[in-house]
Amino acid sequence: MNKVLYKEQLSDEVFRMRIEAPLIAQERHPGQFVIVQIDTNYGERIPLTIADADQQEGSITIVFQAVGDTTHRLAKIEVGEYIENLLGPLGQPTEIERFGKVVCVGGGIGVAPMHPIAQGMKQAGNEVKIIMGARNRDLLIMEDDMQKIADELIICTDDGSYGRKDLVTVPLKELCESWKPDLVVAIGPPIMMKFCAETTRPYGIHTIVSLNTIMIDGTGMCGGCRVSVGGETKFVCVDGPEFDGHLVDFDNMMLRLGTYKEREAEDHHQCHLDLAIKEGKA
Amino acid sequence: MSHPTPEQLREDAAQLLATIDPSALKPRDRMAIPVQEMPTQDPDQRVCNMEEVAVGYSREQVILESLRCLQCKNAPCIQGCPVSINIPKFIEKAAEGDFEGSIAVIKESSLLPAICGRVCPQEAQCQLYCTVGKSLRDVEKSVSIGRIERYVADYERENHLVKMPEPAAPTGKRVAVVGSGPAGITVAADVRKAGHDVTIYEAFHKPGGVMVYGIPEFRLPKSIVAEEIENLEKMGVTIETNFLVGRTRKLTDLIDKDGYDAVFVGSGAGLPKFMKIEGENLIGVFSANEYLTRSNLMKAYDPEHASTPIYESKIVAVLGGGNVAMDAARTAKRLGAQKVYIVYRRTEKEMPARVEEVGHAKEEGIDFLLLHSPKKIIGNEKGRVTGLELLAYELGEPDASGRRRPMAIEGSESILEVDTVIVSIGNDSNPLIKKTTAGLETNKWGNIIVDEQCRSSIDRIFAGGDIVLGAATVILAMGQGRTAAQAINERLAQEN
Ligand SMILES: Cc1cc2nc3c(=O)[nH]c(=O)nc-3n(C[C@H](O)[C@H](O)[C@H](O)COP(=O)(O)OP(=O)(O)OC[C@H]3O[C@@H](n4cnc5c(N)ncnc54)[C@H](O)[C@@H]3O)c2cc1C
Ligand code: SF4
Ligand code: FES
Repeated sequence: MNKVLYKEQLSDEVFRMRIEAPLIAQERHPGQFVIVQIDTNYGERIPLTIADADQQEGSITIVFQAVGDTTHRLAKIEVGEYIENLLGPLGQPTEIERFGKVVCVGGGIGVAPMHPIAQGMKQAGNEVKIIMGARNRDLLIMEDDMQKIADELIICTDDGSYGRKDLVTVPLKELCESWKPDLVVAIGPPIMMKFCAETTRPYGIHTIVSLNTIMIDGTGMCGGCRVSVGGETKFVCVDGPEFDGHLVDFDNMMLRLGTYKEREAEDHHQCHLDLAIKEGKA
Repeated sequence: MSHPTPEQLREDAAQLLATIDPSALKPRDRMAIPVQEMPTQDPDQRVCNMEEVAVGYSREQVILESLRCLQCKNAPCIQGCPVSINIPKFIEKAAEGDFEGSIAVIKESSLLPAICGRVCPQEAQCQLYCTVGKSLRDVEKSVSIGRIERYVADYERENHLVKMPEPAAPTGKRVAVVGSGPAGITVAADVRKAGHDVTIYEAFHKPGGVMVYGIPEFRLPKSIVAEEIENLEKMGVTIETNFLVGRTRKLTDLIDKDGYDAVFVGSGAGLPKFMKIEGENLIGVFSANEYLTRSNLMKAYDPEHASTPIYESKIVAVLGGGNVAMDAARTAKRLGAQKVYIVYRRTEKEMPARVEEVGHAKEEGIDFLLLHSPKKIIGNEKGRVTGLELLAYELGEPDASGRRRPMAIEGSESILEVDTVIVSIGNDSNPLIKKTTAGLETNKWGNIIVDEQCRSSIDRIFAGGDIVLGAATVILAMGQGRTAAQAINERLAQEN
């Protein structure tokens, strides 16, 4: 049982939560994630990246988008209430060292897990440029947090309601040409990570992506999270979540994410009625 | 073939029992008593529910079956029992109707009889050596030791006769147990009895290990496992779920920083093997672990309540021939698959599954495609499974394990139309603890190396169960738990 200490709605569907979890706060490193389950008897187990941790308070921060049954229910948990099950920290931490010039690309809520990584990269003595992307201004999160870290912050929205009206790959390509980064880290929707990897490939710039596949245990027991990386099967929960973006078979991964698509579409509809969020915005 | 109802079996047994004078029975008479069949749910009905298939003996049946035992002086059955239960003695008491006395005998050696009575491969253990089976030249005619064990354990539980052992006076020593499968449960109970403080750390949100996430409800009701866990808690054992040793806390930190005097690692064998063939990452290919966990632990069989989905299948191929494969196949059937194949590259004789499970699977209409193995999995443009390309096999010379080696027949490719493939070809041990614990020695399969007292290469760290044995059995895990607990208790006693 883990107590919710703080909750904030960052945008229409995106929430930030601080949860009491002293052991996880102590052990976690940037890049790692937790598994959350709301109801011990019937709940599903979902992975969420740890966006931040406060060892003093003994808490971790998660940022999530209410897109499925569990995230919708998570969004309804109030400060002072409890999350029944929280397991972590899971996965391999990000390799943080002095690489030189690093570009961090965060798309949608991918900005949240990117935050501790960008911070770590900066502290390790790297020059860090950050590209943030969202569908529109309302969905853009954590701009101030990122501004504090970035040597340069580039913001893109799909509809041009804020920053540049571009996909994140456009400024990424520009930076590959002009700034010649040593490392690119991209976290966001699979399709964004796929195209970030495609963008950097011709330049031969090492590109790390963080995958968020379907999981159950998160400990390497079920293989449900598996992806094909460089022709080899890897378990995202224990071998990842970060992999060389140039080797990941994104097309297979995206198909696999749709394994239970039909049922989830039903749930989404159902839950939104509950939360009285307008369907059009979902 | 009509399916005998439990009531019919009870009546038949009652009639026969009425004609018998137990005190006058000669060995020949005992051997003439027919083996008492386990009453089961009708196959047509049970494939539509998750309830237990074997419903258990009646009082009449258990007495009759117990009367079949010859009370051999040398008791060869005991040698076949991994924890050396005094089998003739508990059967003698059962034959007298003294079920409380009977279970007391079992509990001198075994901690989880209601579970072992249900899932032990008795035909390869105690019953393999039974004199009755040997004399009648058929292991299936051995005394049904496991069914009697189950009856007396259920009798005790259902009549609320279970007595909690009183732990010894507190010693001030603390022991951590990693994993709550049969190995961990056994260590926790035995170490707690000696008066030490015990905490179990379990990665999942529910304790019980494979008995909860792997073995299905229809073979081992979860309420039985839950009761064993409750008993531990009543004895004062603390259970911390959602705690992954190696990540939430390092194994050695439990000793160095948290002050535990000893740690037992019973983390199981949970790393599913895949076949490394083309198409293995298509949609519709699952490890048996994933498929069974979704259904059992996450209760996906109950979509009304459960949030975790499970794949909707029409035609399923399960690859493998062990208990896990049978469980996956029978689960798929219950979840609505119209056709389920077991694809196994040897013959039925070599199948490692319990004979009873193979029998039940057949009754439930599972198709056995023997001497076949997949070459690749075929998918459509949406990345979903549509078929399995198979190769036919024949058996050649015996290999190192003594089983005849299966050999592919060239040019024998054929296509089996399926929409789901469940891979059940075994488990390796989970590398997490090894990877995060410097100095912990493992063998080439990643199993923790221990001595005959279950001591690992690191002082104060003990290990047992599947993490040491590779994917084995509940009873062997329990047996190692007993050994480890004794070693821990002795070690801690010396330190006083
Ligand atoms: C589907 C299936 C059917 C089976 N059928 C039979 C049968 O009919 N008869 C039989 O005798 N045997 C059967 N077995 C095998 C039997 O279940 C195992 O041999 C037995 O459960 C092993 O016990 P264990 O205590 O070593 O580990 P497990 O039961 O595997 O328990 C290990 C526990 O440790 C937890 N854990 C793992 N790593 C960590 C960590 N780092 N930190 C904290 N916790 C951790 C796991 O979550 C798990 O709960 C079957 C197995 C399966 C999968
Ligand atoms: S070997 Fe068979 S007949 Fe003999 S004591 Fe054991 S169970 Fe009874
Ligand atoms: S989530 Fe089960 S192995 Fe990764």
